[in-house]
Amino acid sequence: MPMMRGCSSRTKLAQNQDRAVCMTNCPTLIVTVGLPARGKTYISKKLTRYLNWIGVPTREFNVGQYRRECVKIYKSFEFFRPDNEEGLKIRRQCASAALNDVRQYLSEEGGQVAVFDATNTTRERRETIIQFAEQNGFKVFFVESVCEDPDVIQENIVQVKLGSPDYTNCNTEEAVEDFMKRIKCYENSYETLDEVLDRVLDHIQSRIVYYLMNIHITPRSIYLCRHGESELNVNGRIGGDSGLTPRGKEFGKKLSQFILEQGISDLKVWTSQMKRTIQTAEALHVPYEQWKVLNEIDAGVCEEMMYEEIQDHYPLEFALRDQDKYRYRYPKGESYEDLVQRLEPVIMELERQENVLVICHQAVMRCLLAYFLDKTAEELPYLKCPLHTVLKLTPVAYGCKVESISLNVDAVDTHRERPENVEVSRMSEEALLTVPAHQ
Amino acid sequence: MALRINAEQKKLTQTPLLKIWVPWMGYNLNRRRGSSVPQFCNSPTMIVMVGLPARGKTYISKKLTHYLNWIGVPTKMFNVGQYRREAVKIYKNFEFFKPDNEEAMRIRKACAAAALKDVAAYFSKEQGQVAVFDATNTTRERREIILNYANERGYKVFFVESICDDPEIIAENIKQVKFGSPDYVGRDIDEAMEDFTQRIDCYRASYMPIDDEKDRRLSYIKIFDVGSRYLVNRVLDHIQSRIVYYLMNIHVTPRSIYLSRHGESELNLLGRIGGDSGLSPRGQKYASALAAFIRGQNIRELKVWTSHMKRTIQTAEALGVQYEQWKALNEIDAGVCEELTYEEIQQNLPEEFALRDQDKYRYRYPKGESYEDLVHRLEPVIMELERQENVLVICHQAVFRCLLAYFLDKPADELPYLRCPLHTVLKLTPIAYGCEVESFYLNIEAVNTHRERPVSLLSLQNVNVNRKPEDALQTVPDHI
Repeated sequence: MPMMRGCSSRTKLAQNQDRAVCMTNCPTLIVTVGLPARGKTYISKKLTRYLNWIGVPTREFNVGQYRRECVKIYKSFEFFRPDNEEGLKIRRQCASAALNDVRQYLSEEGGQVAVFDATNTTRERRETIIQFAEQNGFKVFFVESVCEDPDVIQENIVQVKLGSPDYTNCNTEEAVEDFMKRIKCYENSYETLDEVLDRVLDHIQSRIVYYLMNIHITPRSIYLCRHGESELNVNGRIGGDSGLTPRGKEFGKKLSQFILEQGISDLKVWTSQMKRTIQTAEALHVPYEQWKVLNEIDAGVCEEMMYEEIQDHYPLEFALRDQDKYRYRYPKGESYEDLVQRLEPVIMELERQENVLVICHQAVMRCLLAYFLDKTAEELPYLKCPLHTVLKLTPVAYGCKVESISLNVDAVDTHRERPENVEVSRMSEEALLTVPAHQ
Repeated sequence: MALRINAEQKKLTQTPLLKIWVPWMGYNLNRRRGSSVPQFCNSPTMIVMVGLPARGKTYISKKLTHYLNWIGVPTKMFNVGQYRREAVKIYKNFEFFKPDNEEAMRIRKACAAAALKDVAAYFSKEQGQVAVFDATNTTRERREIILNYANERGYKVFFVESICDDPEIIAENIKQVKFGSPDYVGRDIDEAMEDFTQRIDCYRASYMPIDDEKDRRLSYIKIFDVGSRYLVNRVLDHIQSRIVYYLMNIHVTPRSIYLSRHGESELNLLGRIGGDSGLSPRGQKYASALAAFIRGQNIRELKVWTSHMKRTIQTAEALGVQYEQWKALNEIDAGVCEELTYEEIQQNLPEEFALRDQDKYRYRYPKGESYEDLVHRLEPVIMELERQENVLVICHQAVFRCLLAYFLDKPADELPYLRCPLHTVLKLTPIAYGCEVESFYLNIEAVNTHRERPVSLLSLQNVNVNRKPEDALQTVPDHI
């Protein structure tokens, strides 16, 4: 297939900042700027997770990590004093080491974006980075986090700093006090961003800006679940648009009770446009929104087939799917990769919203879960998302707390593990080894 | 017939046109279904432009209005200058805008008030969701009035300020749009330029830009120098964040967008819709002709985009340049009607066929898509087209119609009937407030695939579900 440059779901654009056509993508270096406890690492990690999920290979480089590897034991804020020559030397070395790894990742390992997470509060340091980028043909994009609100800063420190390796042996008050002094060390030399750089935002930069504008840190929870058990589920058939079984309806009722018990303020409920999710939502007796993009993966010619039938009629396709379940596209249908692209507006809206319950489908739920839990493309299609189970995701510190709540209504298992033999030449029995039981 | 709702057994039914599952027929699903703009039952939003004359406010207003309407958010623009032109029939000169011209001041205030009243009517009586208030709004006082008006009625306000001091850009703006304005019709160009410059000066003295300190509670975006820098403050909700994203992606660098369908395909010849067939011999000829045409146009740094379907890719292959495949550019999914002829659809699914003619924009094929779905799917393509410069998009009939409707601001009921014949390239060049369209037929014959809305003396006769087959098939184009 000639010139699949865009890959199946995304365009990779040539960028021509300096008017010379750049035929391959210039990698991008995102550089955080800001005093300690301003959310730089939070932003770095989230951004990295988002970019990887949408298919842009991204890695973060936290200079503090390098420092911790170098200086095994953190004593106190004195390390960060501007007149601590020894400390400064080590910190400069760490920054260099990190930049070197950035160079390797972007130039040799196929990385597309590197997030350089450090304070970078002086013009001098940023100048070094800009030169480094120019030498290596990387574009640079700065993200500065500015915050003067003492409550926010305090909360940040409590959430993430106290758990840091630097403070494992301190009590809370000591740690907070030390950290405040640490911040002071940076304050005097802090020069806020005013560099004049590349003016035109390229595609990835404009996506990043859009993403950063949409995320928030207001505490909330996201509830993910599948529709109740459907008629086709029970028959081991994939796809289609069938209604709920009696057990599926039971789940709807239990879900309604569960939601009431959770006492969630202002809960938004989203479904797909397929009958089974809507029937489930109807049982909640609250307003809900239907999103077409939450529809289950389109299995094309395999819609409403059992796995046994797919093996019978399309053994080649079945094997190819097992070989690369993430990228495999059903004939006249979709792949998980397509699904991720389709779901991106949902993720963006989930970031904007607060408490949301998403009633969706197996493949869709896997994609959403992979985003929140930072799962790789290889893991994504095999994440376990059983029927009649609600996953409650609560963002905490740098990640997401997950609670799995089974609502105690029996259902058929629809999870098919990857079989051992994925060769095209395999026997039927080998292909069908991991198909879950059904009627 | 009384509508009986059995509360115990709410059986879901699928609405015939949109294929949406609802608890009972007649249920008012007054939410935006499956659109990327979830329903908010939200407060309407006023977008308020701010800036000296000739800073691109009306350009931005129009583009934003087009875009929001296209993605399904009912939006209307209110240009206060229009109101002024209606009040003061003849524009004499810049003296009207002098800050000490009390008479004029009164008129201008009245015009702004009238526009605000119309905004309120648009929201309350016409189900509008966004109103773009296009005026200079350069004083804090004026902005206060608007904010109070909005707060009293529960509207959200988002300011868009355009700041530019580059004399070249401003002169260019004036040339492009002001000389054509009703205010300057029939005037000598130099005179007009002189007058307009004085007009700008009238505003300058009292201009107070949005202040980062004093106005930090307001939601706004400041655009500096046509997008070389942005300042965004307090984006409150989904629609504001979409607006900011859009504004950051548009540019004014001159460029052209070329739209073309794939060359004639095997299925086209047979009068069959959808599918994934290859090019017919004439289609292949078109591909070569397209290559020659493109070379002849001498386009700087042209990007070429296709769908994932064989016929667009085969067409692009003939160009001998790199191209990108977008799944989002695939033709509308006709679901169970894929690869059928219209005659077969009429025979097997006459009701569906009639429903489609009743509302071709919203009608969704069973297990397929509607034009409305297509627009949603194409939004990232439009966003990227805005970002890019010279692009050739090789796509399909329905997709072409959606893209064209965006650029030419065609409403939803016209969109599915726009003419997009095979073997014809449309060249769109943005100018002034709109788009210049040039059509190039490359002289390779092809079947006609355009099916008009069946017309009859009685307006609904030929879209009625009970119509006769001959009436239904009246406008089907010829094929093998």
